[in-house]
Amino acid sequence: MTDAAALSPETVMAQMKKNGVTNIVWLPDSETNWLFLLMQADPDLRLVGVTREGHACSIAAGLFAGGKKPMLLIQNTGMMESGDSIRGWLMGLKVPIVLMVGYRGYTRHGVNSDTAATYTERFLMAFGIPFYLVENDGDAERISIAFAEAEKTQGPVVVLVGDEYHGFNR
Amino acid sequence: MMHTADMLKIFAAHRGDAIVISGRGGKHWMGLSDTIFDLPLGDPAMGGHSGFGLGLALARPDKRVVLFDSEGDILMSLGQLPTIAEQAPANFYHFILDNEVYATTGGQPVPNSKNVDYAMIARGAGYPRAMNIADLETFSAELPGILAAPGPVFVSLKVWPEVENTPIGQRVRWRKKGADQVVKDLRGALG
Repeated sequence: MTDAAALSPETVMAQMKKNGVTNIVWLPDSETNWLFLLMQADPDLRLVGVTREGHACSIAAGLFAGGKKPMLLIQNTGMMESGDSIRGWLMGLKVPIVLMVGYRGYTRHGVNSDTAATYTERFLMAFGIPFYLVENDGDAERISIAFAEAEKTQGPVVVLVGDEYHGFNR
Repeated sequence: MMHTADMLKIFAAHRGDAIVISGRGGKHWMGLSDTIFDLPLGDPAMGGHSGFGLGLALARPDKRVVLFDSEGDILMSLGQLPTIAEQAPANFYHFILDNEVYATTGGQPVPNSKNVDYAMIARGAGYPRAMNIADLETFSAELPGILAAPGPVFVSLKVWPEVENTPIGQRVRWRKKGADQVVKDLRGALG
């Protein structure tokens, strides 16, 4: 039974399958932790764990060069730390890829007290990277839209996962 | 110490059908081999070549992938080493060119360059095979065995620095196409 107000890991997995994802390059974070067991149990997905988010960009570029369809699963803090790798390895090599990014600090319309959230969308706008916000299962189709846009633009597209607390407590 | 060009000439005779990511040895490698399976990526973002090599090796287990990385790149991304060791691609051959300096920026020393044991770092990260090689004779003797056994293997090669002081805008560009085109062509060839 899933909470309709939340984004369920099953929904995200279904989107990955629908869009032909072969590899998940990821670093754990509180927003997307719940996906791990599902992904690990899937024989069609290969997980590549990294120790710093920027490393995920060049690994994904290599996977793409070899014909795979990788996806990144990281947090907004790590995304911002990875700026040069996103520029060089994903944008520079024209890798069509979706980054699912945990939106740490996102409070919807509340008062933001976390600078990780303050700078997330500003960072993406500065880099010219398209992004979509996903908060619950009703938003899931935006993930497919992101995949389509990545193919069209031959570059990275970000899906911001604005569901920190449902995901963390699952 | 070895000259990178001499070392690559020896390697070329043993390359077989491997995909070669020429990395910091790209300028010399291009004169030895310039096919779709030679990947002169330049420097998309420093520290990332090892990740690219890992990704390509995982994507194409049917192809040997050889990378000529550098000590400066590795030091910037030491965390890549346990990821590579965990994924353990048997087709990945990871060489680094250790010239002890940042050659392309004028030859400033790499931190603690005389004392770092890169093979020990790689072994500590979990590479099953890792070694340091400092001269051409040893390289020539060891190379067939290195390439004959399964990876991942890590080999640190002491090479003479080729310091560049010409302003970047005035340097002769040796790459014939952009990194994105290199990747596009490779994908087309791999099918």
